[in-house]
Amino acid sequence: MRRKLYEITGRVLLYGCAAITVGLLLFLVGYILFRGIGGINWQFLSTSESVINGTVGILPAIKNTLFVIVVSLIVSLPLGVGAAVYLTEYARNRRFVAVVEFASETLAGIPSIIYALVGVIIFCTTLKLQKTLLAGSLTLAIMILPTIIRSTQESLKTVPRSYREGALGLGSGKWHMIRTVVLPSSVDGIVTGCILAVGRVVGESAVLMYTAGMSMAMQNFSIDRIAGASGATLTVALYHYAKENADFAVAFSIATILLILTVIINFSASFLGRKLKRS
Amino acid sequence: MQVFFTLCGLVAVGFVLLITVYLVISGIPAIRKIGLFDFLFGKTWAAGQDRYGILPLILTSVYGTAGAVVIGVPIGFFTAVFLAKVAPKRVADIIRPVVSLLAGIPSVVYGLVGMCVLVPALREWLRLPAGDSLLAAIIVLSVMILPSIISLSETALEAVPKEYEEASLALGATKLETYFRVSAPAAKSGIAAAVVLGIGRAIGEAMAIMMVAGNVANMPALTRSVRFLTTGISIELNYSQDGSLQRQALFSVGLVLFLFIMMINAFLNLVLKREREN
Repeated sequence: MRRKLYEITGRVLLYGCAAITVGLLLFLVGYILFRGIGGINWQFLSTSESVINGTVGILPAIKNTLFVIVVSLIVSLPLGVGAAVYLTEYARNRRFVAVVEFASETLAGIPSIIYALVGVIIFCTTLKLQKTLLAGSLTLAIMILPTIIRSTQESLKTVPRSYREGALGLGSGKWHMIRTVVLPSSVDGIVTGCILAVGRVVGESAVLMYTAGMSMAMQNFSIDRIAGASGATLTVALYHYAKENADFAVAFSIATILLILTVIINFSASFLGRKLKRS
Repeated sequence: MQVFFTLCGLVAVGFVLLITVYLVISGIPAIRKIGLFDFLFGKTWAAGQDRYGILPLILTSVYGTAGAVVIGVPIGFFTAVFLAKVAPKRVADIIRPVVSLLAGIPSVVYGLVGMCVLVPALREWLRLPAGDSLLAAIIVLSVMILPSIISLSETALEAVPKEYEEASLALGATKLETYFRVSAPAAKSGIAAAVVLGIGRAIGEAMAIMMVAGNVANMPALTRSVRFLTTGISIELNYSQDGSLQRQALFSVGLVLFLFIMMINAFLNLVLKREREN
Protein backbone atom coordinates (compact mmCIF):
# COMPACT_ATOMS: atom_id res chain seq x y z
CA MET A 1 0.00 0.00 0.00
CA ARG A 2 2.72 2.46 0.99
CA ARG A 3 4.68 1.45 -2.03
CA LYS A 4 1.74 2.08 -4.26
CA LEU A 5 1.31 5.55 -2.80
CA TYR A 6 5.03 6.21 -3.33
CA GLU A 7 4.67 5.15 -6.93
CA ILE A 8 1.67 7.37 -7.56
CA THR A 9 3.10 10.46 -5.85
CA GLY A 10 6.40 9.99 -7.65
CA ARG A 11 4.74 9.74 -11.00
CA VAL A 12 2.52 12.75 -10.37
CA LEU A 13 5.54 14.83 -9.34
CA LEU A 14 7.65 13.79 -12.33
CA TYR A 15 4.97 14.35 -14.95
CA GLY A 16 3.61 17.39 -13.15
CA CYS A 17 6.94 19.19 -12.98
CA ALA A 18 7.83 18.40 -16.58
CA ALA A 19 4.41 19.72 -17.55
CA ILE A 20 5.02 22.90 -15.55
CA THR A 21 8.31 23.51 -17.37
CA VAL A 22 6.84 22.98 -20.82
CA GLY A 23 3.68 24.83 -19.87
CA LEU A 24 5.70 27.84 -18.75
CA LEU A 25 7.46 28.11 -22.06
CA LEU A 26 4.26 27.65 -24.05
CA PHE A 27 2.58 30.31 -21.96
CA LEU A 28 5.50 32.75 -22.30
CA VAL A 29 5.77 32.28 -26.05
CA GLY A 30 2.04 32.35 -26.60
CA TYR A 31 1.46 35.41 -24.47
CA ILE A 32 4.31 37.38 -25.99
CA LEU A 33 3.27 36.55 -29.55
CA PHE A 34 -0.36 37.28 -28.73
CA ARG A 35 0.41 40.77 -27.48
CA GLY A 36 3.37 41.56 -29.69
CA ILE A 37 2.97 40.18 -33.17
CA GLY A 38 0.22 42.61 -34.18
CA GLY A 39 2.50 45.60 -33.78
CA ILE A 40 5.20 44.33 -36.09
CA ASN A 41 5.12 45.68 -39.61
CA TRP A 42 7.58 47.07 -42.09
CA GLN A 43 7.24 50.61 -40.82
CA PHE A 44 7.97 49.41 -37.24
CA LEU A 45 11.16 47.70 -38.38
CA SER A 46 12.43 50.25 -40.85
CA THR A 47 11.96 53.70 -39.31
CA SER A 48 12.88 55.52 -36.16
CA GLU A 49 10.43 56.93 -33.64
CA SER A 50 8.66 60.01 -34.87
CA VAL A 51 6.75 62.24 -32.49
CA ILE A 52 5.32 64.32 -35.35
CA ASN A 53 3.76 61.34 -37.12
CA GLY A 54 3.05 59.57 -33.82
CA THR A 55 4.73 56.42 -35.08
CA VAL A 56 7.16 54.11 -33.36
CA GLY A 57 10.05 52.45 -35.19
CA ILE A 58 12.94 50.46 -33.88
CA LEU A 59 15.46 50.64 -36.70
CA PRO A 60 17.96 52.56 -34.51
CA ALA A 61 17.76 49.84 -31.85
CA ILE A 62 18.33 47.14 -34.48
CA LYS A 63 21.34 49.01 -35.87
CA ASN A 64 22.73 49.61 -32.37
CA THR A 65 22.36 45.92 -31.53
CA LEU A 66 24.21 44.93 -34.71
CA PHE A 67 26.95 47.44 -33.96
CA VAL A 68 27.42 46.07 -30.43
CA ILE A 69 27.49 42.47 -31.71
CA VAL A 70 30.10 43.23 -34.38
CA VAL A 71 32.41 45.32 -32.21
CA SER A 72 32.35 43.02 -29.20
CA LEU A 73 33.07 40.02 -31.44
CA ILE A 74 35.91 41.81 -33.25
CA VAL A 75 37.56 42.43 -29.89
CA SER A 76 36.71 39.19 -28.16
CA LEU A 77 37.09 36.62 -30.93
CA PRO A 78 40.86 36.87 -31.48
CA LEU A 79 41.49 37.05 -27.73
CA GLY A 80 39.23 34.11 -26.95
CA VAL A 81 40.47 31.87 -29.75
CA GLY A 82 44.05 32.84 -28.91
CA ALA A 83 43.57 31.96 -25.25
CA ALA A 84 42.01 28.62 -26.18
CA VAL A 85 44.86 27.82 -28.59
CA TYR A 86 47.34 28.69 -25.87
CA LEU A 87 45.57 26.45 -23.34
CA THR A 88 45.32 23.41 -25.60
CA GLU A 89 48.38 23.73 -27.83
CA TYR A 90 51.13 25.64 -26.07
CA ALA A 91 50.70 25.62 -22.31
CA ARG A 92 53.00 23.19 -20.51
CA ASN A 93 52.58 24.39 -16.96
CA ARG A 94 49.51 22.67 -15.50
CA ARG A 95 49.14 25.15 -12.71
CA PHE A 96 49.07 28.09 -15.11
CA VAL A 97 46.43 26.36 -17.21
CA ALA A 98 44.37 25.94 -14.05
CA VAL A 99 44.76 29.64 -13.28
CA VAL A 100 43.63 30.71 -16.75
CA GLU A 101 40.69 28.32 -16.68
CA PHE A 102 39.72 29.53 -13.23
CA ALA A 103 39.86 33.12 -14.50
CA SER A 104 37.64 32.25 -17.41
CA GLU A 105 35.12 30.52 -15.14
CA THR A 106 35.14 33.52 -12.82
CA LEU A 107 34.42 35.87 -15.73
CA ALA A 108 31.53 33.61 -16.71
CA GLY A 109 30.11 33.73 -13.18
CA ILE A 110 30.19 37.50 -12.69
CA PRO A 111 26.66 38.93 -13.02
CA SER A 112 25.98 41.55 -15.63
CA ILE A 113 25.23 44.34 -13.16
CA ILE A 114 28.85 44.02 -11.94
CA TYR A 115 30.03 44.27 -15.55
CA ALA A 116 27.87 47.37 -15.80
CA LEU A 117 29.65 48.93 -12.82
CA VAL A 118 33.07 47.97 -14.13
CA GLY A 119 32.20 49.27 -17.59
CA VAL A 120 31.08 52.58 -16.09
CA ILE A 121 34.31 52.94 -14.09
CA ILE A 122 36.81 51.67 -16.64
CA PHE A 123 35.49 52.50 -20.09
CA CYS A 124 33.05 55.37 -19.54
CA THR A 125 34.97 57.27 -16.85
CA THR A 126 38.65 56.29 -16.72
CA LEU A 127 39.13 55.88 -20.47
CA LYS A 128 36.76 58.83 -21.10
CA LEU A 129 34.64 57.04 -23.70
CA GLN A 130 31.47 58.44 -22.04
CA LYS A 131 28.20 56.59 -22.42
CA THR A 132 28.68 55.21 -25.90
CA LEU A 133 27.97 52.06 -27.83
CA LEU A 134 31.74 51.64 -28.05
CA ALA A 135 32.10 51.57 -24.25
CA GLY A 136 29.22 49.09 -24.04
CA SER A 137 30.72 46.86 -26.71
CA LEU A 138 34.09 46.77 -25.00
CA THR A 139 32.48 45.83 -21.69
CA LEU A 140 30.53 43.08 -23.40
CA ALA A 141 33.71 41.85 -25.09
CA ILE A 142 35.03 40.97 -21.63
CA MET A 143 31.74 39.34 -20.72
CA ILE A 144 31.58 37.04 -23.76
CA LEU A 145 35.26 36.08 -23.60
CA PRO A 146 34.69 32.93 -21.48
CA THR A 147 31.97 31.71 -23.86
CA ILE A 148 34.35 31.90 -26.80
CA ILE A 149 37.29 30.42 -24.90
CA ARG A 150 35.24 27.45 -23.70
CA SER A 151 33.66 26.40 -26.96
CA THR A 152 36.89 26.90 -28.94
CA GLN A 153 38.77 24.86 -26.36
CA GLU A 154 36.23 22.06 -26.52
CA SER A 155 36.45 21.80 -30.28
CA LEU A 156 40.27 22.03 -30.27
CA LYS A 157 40.28 19.05 -27.93
CA THR A 158 38.32 16.99 -30.49
CA VAL A 159 40.97 17.45 -33.19
CA PRO A 160 42.74 14.06 -33.25
CA ARG A 161 46.35 13.96 -32.12
CA SER A 162 47.26 12.18 -35.33
CA TYR A 163 46.44 15.33 -37.35
CA ARG A 164 48.94 17.31 -35.34
CA GLU A 165 51.57 14.58 -35.43
CA GLY A 166 51.06 14.17 -39.16
CA ALA A 167 51.59 17.86 -39.79
CA LEU A 168 54.59 18.08 -37.51
CA GLY A 169 56.00 14.89 -39.01
CA LEU A 170 55.80 16.40 -42.48
CA GLY A 171 58.06 19.15 -41.20
CA SER A 172 55.63 22.00 -40.54
CA GLY A 173 56.32 24.39 -37.70
CA LYS A 174 53.97 24.62 -34.74
CA TRP A 175 52.23 27.84 -35.83
CA HIS A 176 51.95 26.56 -39.39
CA MET A 177 50.41 23.35 -38.04
CA ILE A 178 47.90 25.28 -35.93
CA ARG A 179 46.99 27.63 -38.78
CA THR A 180 46.57 25.02 -41.50
CA VAL A 181 45.43 21.91 -39.62
CA VAL A 182 44.14 22.54 -36.12
CA LEU A 183 42.13 25.75 -36.53
CA PRO A 184 40.40 24.76 -39.81
CA SER A 185 39.21 21.50 -38.29
CA SER A 186 37.77 23.27 -35.26
CA VAL A 187 35.94 26.00 -37.14
CA ASP A 188 32.54 24.55 -36.11
CA GLY A 189 33.32 25.03 -32.44
CA ILE A 190 34.55 28.57 -32.96
CA VAL A 191 31.39 29.44 -34.90
CA THR A 192 29.24 27.86 -32.19
CA GLY A 193 31.08 29.97 -29.62
CA CYS A 194 30.37 33.09 -31.67
CA ILE A 195 26.68 32.23 -31.93
CA LEU A 196 26.41 31.68 -28.17
CA ALA A 197 28.26 34.96 -27.64
CA VAL A 198 25.84 36.75 -29.97
CA GLY A 199 23.02 35.25 -27.90
CA ARG A 200 24.45 36.74 -24.73
CA VAL A 201 24.97 40.13 -26.36
CA VAL A 202 21.45 40.23 -27.81
CA GLY A 203 19.94 39.29 -24.44
CA GLU A 204 22.07 41.62 -22.37
CA SER A 205 20.48 44.74 -20.99
CA ALA A 206 21.98 45.83 -17.67
CA VAL A 207 25.47 46.49 -19.05
CA LEU A 208 24.24 48.42 -22.07
CA MET A 209 21.75 50.51 -20.15
CA TYR A 210 24.51 52.09 -18.11
CA THR A 211 27.41 52.10 -20.55
CA ALA A 212 25.78 52.61 -23.95
CA GLY A 213 22.88 54.97 -23.27
CA MET A 214 19.14 54.79 -23.83
CA SER A 215 18.49 57.09 -26.78
CA MET A 216 16.00 55.88 -29.38
CA ALA A 217 17.21 58.34 -32.02
CA MET A 218 19.09 57.24 -35.12
CA GLN A 219 22.84 57.27 -34.53
CA ASN A 220 25.47 58.42 -36.97
CA PHE A 221 27.63 55.43 -37.85
CA SER A 222 29.91 57.27 -40.31
CA ILE A 223 33.51 56.48 -39.55
CA ASP A 224 34.43 59.81 -37.94
CA ARG A 225 31.39 59.85 -35.64
CA ILE A 226 31.26 56.21 -34.73
CA ALA A 227 33.05 56.61 -31.40
CA GLY A 228 30.38 59.05 -30.21
CA ALA A 229 27.34 56.94 -31.14
CA SER A 230 25.21 56.26 -28.07
CA GLY A 231 21.84 54.61 -27.92
CA ALA A 232 19.57 51.77 -26.90
CA THR A 233 19.81 48.22 -28.19
CA LEU A 234 16.66 46.09 -28.54
CA THR A 235 16.62 44.92 -24.92
CA VAL A 236 17.25 48.40 -23.55
CA ALA A 237 14.56 49.77 -25.87
CA LEU A 238 12.16 47.16 -24.49
CA TYR A 239 12.92 48.31 -20.95
CA HIS A 240 12.57 51.93 -21.98
CA TYR A 241 9.12 51.43 -23.51
CA ALA A 242 7.84 49.14 -20.75
CA LYS A 243 9.11 50.86 -17.63
CA GLU A 244 9.52 54.51 -18.55
CA ASN A 245 6.83 55.01 -21.21
CA ALA A 246 4.43 52.25 -20.07
CA ASP A 247 3.88 51.57 -23.78
CA PHE A 248 3.39 47.82 -23.49
CA ALA A 249 2.28 47.21 -27.08
CA VAL A 250 5.67 48.35 -28.36
CA ALA A 251 7.48 46.50 -25.56
CA PHE A 252 5.77 43.23 -26.49
CA SER A 253 6.53 43.74 -30.17
CA ILE A 254 10.21 44.13 -29.30
CA ALA A 255 9.91 41.06 -27.03
CA THR A 256 8.51 39.12 -30.00
CA ILE A 257 11.52 40.08 -32.09
CA LEU A 258 13.90 39.12 -29.27
CA LEU A 259 12.10 35.80 -28.91
CA ILE A 260 12.45 35.04 -32.62
CA LEU A 261 16.16 35.94 -32.45
CA THR A 262 16.60 33.65 -29.41
CA VAL A 263 14.97 30.75 -31.26
CA ILE A 264 17.20 31.28 -34.31
CA ILE A 265 20.33 31.56 -32.17
CA ASN A 266 19.48 28.47 -30.10
CA PHE A 267 18.69 26.31 -33.07
CA SER A 268 21.75 27.26 -35.07
CA ALA A 269 23.98 26.69 -32.02
CA SER A 270 22.54 23.27 -31.27
CA PHE A 271 22.56 22.32 -34.96
CA LEU A 272 26.25 23.17 -35.22
CA GLY A 273 26.93 21.52 -31.89
CA ARG A 274 25.40 18.28 -33.11
CA LYS A 275 27.35 18.47 -36.35
CA LEU A 276 30.46 18.99 -34.28
CA LYS A 277 29.77 15.90 -32.19
CA ARG A 278 29.23 13.74 -35.28
CA SER A 279 32.43 14.73 -37.05
CA MET B 1 53.44 33.39 -32.25
CA GLN B 2 53.75 31.67 -28.92
CA VAL B 3 54.10 35.05 -27.27
CA PHE B 4 50.82 36.22 -28.83
CA PHE B 5 48.94 33.14 -27.64
CA THR B 6 50.43 33.35 -24.15
CA LEU B 7 49.30 36.98 -24.01
CA CYS B 8 45.78 35.94 -25.00
CA GLY B 9 45.79 33.43 -22.16
CA LEU B 10 46.98 36.11 -19.77
CA VAL B 11 44.25 38.53 -20.89
CA ALA B 12 41.52 36.52 -19.18
CA VAL B 13 43.51 36.51 -15.94
CA GLY B 14 44.21 40.21 -16.43
CA PHE B 15 40.51 41.02 -16.79
CA VAL B 16 39.66 39.22 -13.56
CA LEU B 17 42.39 41.11 -11.72
CA LEU B 18 41.32 44.40 -13.32
CA ILE B 19 37.69 43.89 -12.29
CA THR B 20 38.65 42.91 -8.76
CA VAL B 21 41.07 45.79 -8.30
CA TYR B 22 38.69 48.39 -9.70
CA LEU B 23 35.79 47.15 -7.60
CA VAL B 24 37.88 47.18 -4.44
CA ILE B 25 39.37 50.61 -5.15
CA SER B 26 36.03 52.21 -5.94
CA GLY B 27 34.12 50.28 -3.30
CA ILE B 28 36.29 51.13 -0.30
CA PRO B 29 35.89 54.96 0.00
CA ALA B 30 32.17 54.95 0.77
CA ILE B 31 32.55 52.14 3.31
CA ARG B 32 35.30 54.21 4.95
CA LYS B 33 33.11 57.30 5.12
CA ILE B 34 30.00 55.50 6.29
CA GLY B 35 31.74 53.00 8.53
CA LEU B 36 31.75 49.27 7.83
CA PHE B 37 29.24 48.45 10.57
CA ASP B 38 26.78 51.21 9.66
CA PHE B 39 27.08 50.28 5.99
CA LEU B 40 26.48 46.55 6.38
CA PHE B 41 23.96 46.65 9.22
CA GLY B 42 22.28 50.02 8.72
CA LYS B 43 18.57 49.56 8.14
CA THR B 44 17.93 52.70 6.10
CA TRP B 45 18.96 53.34 2.54
CA ALA B 46 17.89 56.86 1.70
CA ALA B 47 19.95 58.74 -0.86
CA GLY B 48 18.05 61.95 -0.05
CA GLN B 49 19.32 61.94 3.52
CA ASP B 50 22.72 60.56 2.53
CA ARG B 51 22.10 57.44 4.60
CA TYR B 52 23.38 54.24 3.12
CA GLY B 53 22.71 51.11 5.16
CA ILE B 54 22.44 47.97 3.04
CA LEU B 55 21.00 45.45 5.49
CA PRO B 56 17.58 45.52 3.73
CA LEU B 57 19.32 44.94 0.39
CA ILE B 58 21.40 42.03 1.70
CA LEU B 59 18.43 40.37 3.41
CA THR B 60 16.24 40.84 0.34
CA SER B 61 18.88 39.21 -1.88
CA VAL B 62 19.23 36.31 0.57
CA TYR B 63 15.47 35.79 1.02
CA GLY B 64 14.78 36.23 -2.69
CA THR B 65 17.44 33.70 -3.64
CA ALA B 66 16.30 31.26 -0.97
CA GLY B 67 12.71 31.57 -2.17
CA ALA B 68 13.71 31.00 -5.78
CA VAL B 69 15.66 27.90 -4.73
CA VAL B 70 12.73 26.55 -2.70
CA ILE B 71 10.40 26.83 -5.71
CA GLY B 72 12.82 26.29 -8.58
CA VAL B 73 14.92 23.37 -7.32
CA PRO B 74 12.14 20.79 -6.78
CA ILE B 75 10.49 21.59 -10.12
CA GLY B 76 13.86 21.54 -11.85
CA PHE B 77 14.95 18.31 -10.16
CA PHE B 78 11.79 16.38 -11.01
CA THR B 79 11.88 17.66 -14.59
CA ALA B 80 15.50 16.51 -14.83
CA VAL B 81 14.62 13.03 -13.53
CA PHE B 82 11.77 12.91 -16.01
CA LEU B 83 14.08 13.88 -18.88
CA ALA B 84 16.96 11.62 -17.92
CA LYS B 85 15.06 8.49 -16.89
CA VAL B 86 11.36 8.42 -17.60
CA ALA B 87 10.66 10.30 -20.81
CA PRO B 88 10.68 8.40 -24.09
CA LYS B 89 13.52 9.61 -26.30
CA ARG B 90 11.14 11.44 -28.64
CA VAL B 91 9.55 13.41 -25.82
CA ALA B 92 12.92 14.24 -24.26
CA ASP B 93 14.15 15.51 -27.62
CA ILE B 94 11.26 17.96 -27.68
CA ILE B 95 11.62 19.12 -24.08
CA ARG B 96 15.37 19.70 -24.16
CA PRO B 97 15.22 22.54 -26.72
CA VAL B 98 12.33 23.96 -24.68
CA VAL B 99 14.63 24.13 -21.66
CA SER B 100 17.43 25.76 -23.60
CA LEU B 101 15.00 28.26 -25.06
CA LEU B 102 13.91 29.17 -21.51
CA ALA B 103 17.59 29.73 -20.74
CA GLY B 104 18.05 31.96 -23.77
CA ILE B 105 15.11 34.31 -23.27
CA PRO B 106 16.51 37.75 -22.32
CA SER B 107 15.88 38.83 -18.75
CA VAL B 108 13.99 41.99 -19.75
CA VAL B 109 11.46 39.75 -21.49
CA TYR B 110 10.92 37.82 -18.25
CA GLY B 111 10.60 41.16 -16.51
CA LEU B 112 8.04 42.38 -19.03
CA VAL B 113 5.82 39.33 -18.71
CA GLY B 114 6.20 39.47 -14.93
CA MET B 115 5.16 43.11 -14.98
CA CYS B 116 2.10 42.58 -17.18
CA VAL B 117 0.85 39.20 -15.92
CA LEU B 118 2.29 38.29 -12.54
CA VAL B 119 2.17 41.66 -10.78
CA PRO B 120 -1.50 42.40 -11.59
CA ALA B 121 -2.42 38.79 -10.77
CA LEU B 122 -0.78 38.98 -7.34
CA ARG B 123 -2.49 42.29 -6.67
CA GLU B 124 -5.89 40.74 -7.35
CA TRP B 125 -5.37 37.41 -5.60
CA LEU B 126 -3.78 38.74 -2.46
CA ARG B 127 -5.76 42.00 -2.48
CA LEU B 128 -2.60 44.10 -2.26
CA PRO B 129 -2.42 47.82 -3.00
CA ALA B 130 0.39 46.98 -5.47
CA GLY B 131 1.59 43.65 -6.80
CA ASP B 132 5.25 44.70 -7.09
CA SER B 133 6.73 42.62 -4.31
CA LEU B 134 9.35 40.19 -3.10
CA LEU B 135 6.94 37.38 -3.96
CA ALA B 136 6.72 38.49 -7.60
CA ALA B 137 10.52 38.66 -7.77
CA ILE B 138 10.85 35.19 -6.24
CA ILE B 139 8.50 33.69 -8.82
CA VAL B 140 10.32 35.35 -11.73
CA LEU B 141 13.69 34.24 -10.33
CA SER B 142 12.57 30.65 -9.86
CA VAL B 143 11.52 30.50 -13.51
CA MET B 144 14.84 32.00 -14.56
CA ILE B 145 16.99 29.51 -12.62
CA LEU B 146 14.95 26.53 -13.79
CA PRO B 147 16.90 25.86 -17.03
CA SER B 148 20.33 25.74 -15.37
CA ILE B 149 19.04 23.43 -12.64
CA ILE B 150 17.38 21.12 -15.16
CA SER B 151 20.27 20.82 -17.57
CA LEU B 152 23.00 20.34 -14.95
CA SER B 153 20.98 17.81 -12.92
CA GLU B 154 20.07 15.94 -16.07
CA THR B 155 23.71 15.61 -17.08
CA ALA B 156 24.57 14.35 -13.60
CA LEU B 157 21.71 11.84 -13.58
CA GLU B 158 22.69 10.52 -16.98
CA ALA B 159 26.25 9.93 -15.82
CA VAL B 160 25.11 7.48 -13.11
CA PRO B 161 26.45 4.02 -14.08
CA LYS B 162 23.74 1.70 -15.43
CA GLU B 163 24.91 -1.11 -13.13
CA TYR B 164 23.74 0.78 -10.03
CA GLU B 165 20.24 1.00 -11.38
CA GLU B 166 20.21 -2.55 -12.68
CA ALA B 167 21.32 -3.88 -9.31
CA SER B 168 18.54 -1.98 -7.59
CA LEU B 169 15.94 -3.19 -10.09
CA ALA B 170 17.18 -6.78 -9.75
CA LEU B 171 16.71 -6.54 -6.00
CA GLY B 172 13.05 -5.85 -6.58
CA ALA B 173 12.86 -2.08 -6.31
CA THR B 174 10.46 -0.39 -8.71
CA LYS B 175 11.77 1.96 -11.35
CA LEU B 176 10.74 5.08 -9.45
CA GLU B 177 12.27 3.83 -6.20
CA THR B 178 15.47 3.22 -8.13
CA TYR B 179 15.51 6.74 -9.60
CA PHE B 180 14.88 8.47 -6.30
CA ARG B 181 16.83 6.21 -3.93
CA VAL B 182 19.72 5.06 -6.11
CA SER B 183 20.23 7.35 -9.11
CA ALA B 184 19.58 10.67 -7.37
CA PRO B 185 21.90 10.00 -4.40
CA ALA B 186 24.59 8.79 -6.83
CA ALA B 187 24.27 12.06 -8.75
CA LYS B 188 24.09 14.22 -5.67
CA SER B 189 27.25 16.27 -6.21
CA GLY B 190 26.16 17.14 -9.76
CA ILE B 191 22.74 18.13 -8.49
CA ALA B 192 24.38 20.17 -5.73
CA ALA B 193 26.42 21.96 -8.40
CA ALA B 194 23.18 22.68 -10.26
CA VAL B 195 21.66 24.21 -7.14
CA VAL B 196 24.73 26.35 -6.47
CA LEU B 197 24.75 27.55 -10.07
CA GLY B 198 21.08 28.44 -9.69
CA ILE B 199 21.88 30.40 -6.54
CA GLY B 200 24.57 32.31 -8.42
CA ARG B 201 22.13 33.13 -11.23
CA ALA B 202 19.44 34.26 -8.83
CA ILE B 203 21.62 36.49 -6.69
CA GLY B 204 23.13 38.17 -9.77
CA GLU B 205 19.94 38.89 -11.69
CA ALA B 206 19.05 42.55 -11.94
CA MET B 207 16.87 43.66 -14.83
CA ALA B 208 14.00 41.19 -14.56
CA ILE B 209 13.46 41.78 -10.86
CA MET B 210 13.91 45.51 -11.22
CA MET B 211 10.71 45.40 -13.28
CA VAL B 212 8.63 43.45 -10.73
CA ALA B 213 10.01 44.08 -7.22
CA GLY B 214 8.91 47.68 -6.70
CA ASN B 215 12.43 48.81 -5.73
CA VAL B 216 11.73 50.46 -2.39
CA ALA B 217 14.48 49.69 0.14
CA ASN B 218 12.16 48.13 2.74
CA MET B 219 13.11 45.33 5.06
CA PRO B 220 12.02 42.25 3.14
CA ALA B 221 8.54 40.73 3.49
CA LEU B 222 6.79 38.64 0.87
CA THR B 223 4.15 41.16 -0.12
CA ARG B 224 6.25 44.27 0.33
CA SER B 225 8.07 46.28 -2.31
CA VAL B 226 11.78 45.48 -1.96
CA ARG B 227 15.21 46.30 -3.30
CA PHE B 228 17.88 43.65 -3.98
CA LEU B 229 21.66 44.19 -3.96
CA THR B 230 21.57 44.11 -7.75
CA THR B 231 18.60 46.41 -8.16
CA GLY B 232 20.02 48.66 -5.46
CA ILE B 233 22.82 49.38 -7.91
CA SER B 234 20.78 49.48 -11.09
CA ILE B 235 17.99 51.72 -9.87
CA GLU B 236 20.31 54.58 -8.89
CA LEU B 237 23.31 54.16 -11.18
CA ASN B 238 21.94 56.41 -13.92
CA TYR B 239 20.83 59.14 -11.52
CA SER B 240 23.78 59.42 -9.15
CA GLN B 241 26.31 62.23 -9.56
CA ASP B 242 29.84 61.23 -10.55
CA GLY B 243 32.02 61.35 -7.43
CA SER B 244 29.14 61.79 -4.98
CA LEU B 245 28.85 59.65 -1.85
CA GLN B 246 25.76 58.05 -3.42
CA ARG B 247 27.74 56.89 -6.47
CA GLN B 248 30.54 55.63 -4.22
CA ALA B 249 28.03 53.75 -2.05
CA LEU B 250 26.70 52.04 -5.20
CA PHE B 251 30.21 50.79 -5.93
CA SER B 252 30.41 49.51 -2.36
CA VAL B 253 27.17 47.59 -2.90
CA GLY B 254 28.81 46.19 -6.03
CA LEU B 255 31.80 45.10 -3.99
CA VAL B 256 29.55 43.30 -1.47
CA LEU B 257 27.67 41.59 -4.31
CA PHE B 258 30.98 40.63 -5.91
CA LEU B 259 32.14 39.04 -2.65
CA PHE B 260 28.91 37.05 -2.44
CA ILE B 261 29.37 35.84 -6.02
CA MET B 262 33.02 34.92 -5.46
CA MET B 263 32.07 32.86 -2.41
CA ILE B 264 29.37 31.07 -4.39
CA ASN B 265 31.80 30.45 -7.28
CA ALA B 266 34.46 29.08 -4.95
CA PHE B 267 31.87 26.75 -3.44
CA LEU B 268 30.72 25.70 -6.91
CA ASN B 269 34.29 24.88 -7.92
CA LEU B 270 34.70 22.83 -4.78
CA VAL B 271 31.54 20.83 -5.50
CA LEU B 272 32.51 20.30 -9.14
CA LYS B 273 35.99 19.21 -8.16
CA ARG B 274 34.58 16.65 -5.77
CA GLU B 275 32.32 15.41 -8.54
CA ARG B 276 35.25 14.99 -10.94
CA GLU B 277 37.18 13.04 -8.33
CA ASN B 278 34.29 10.63 -7.87
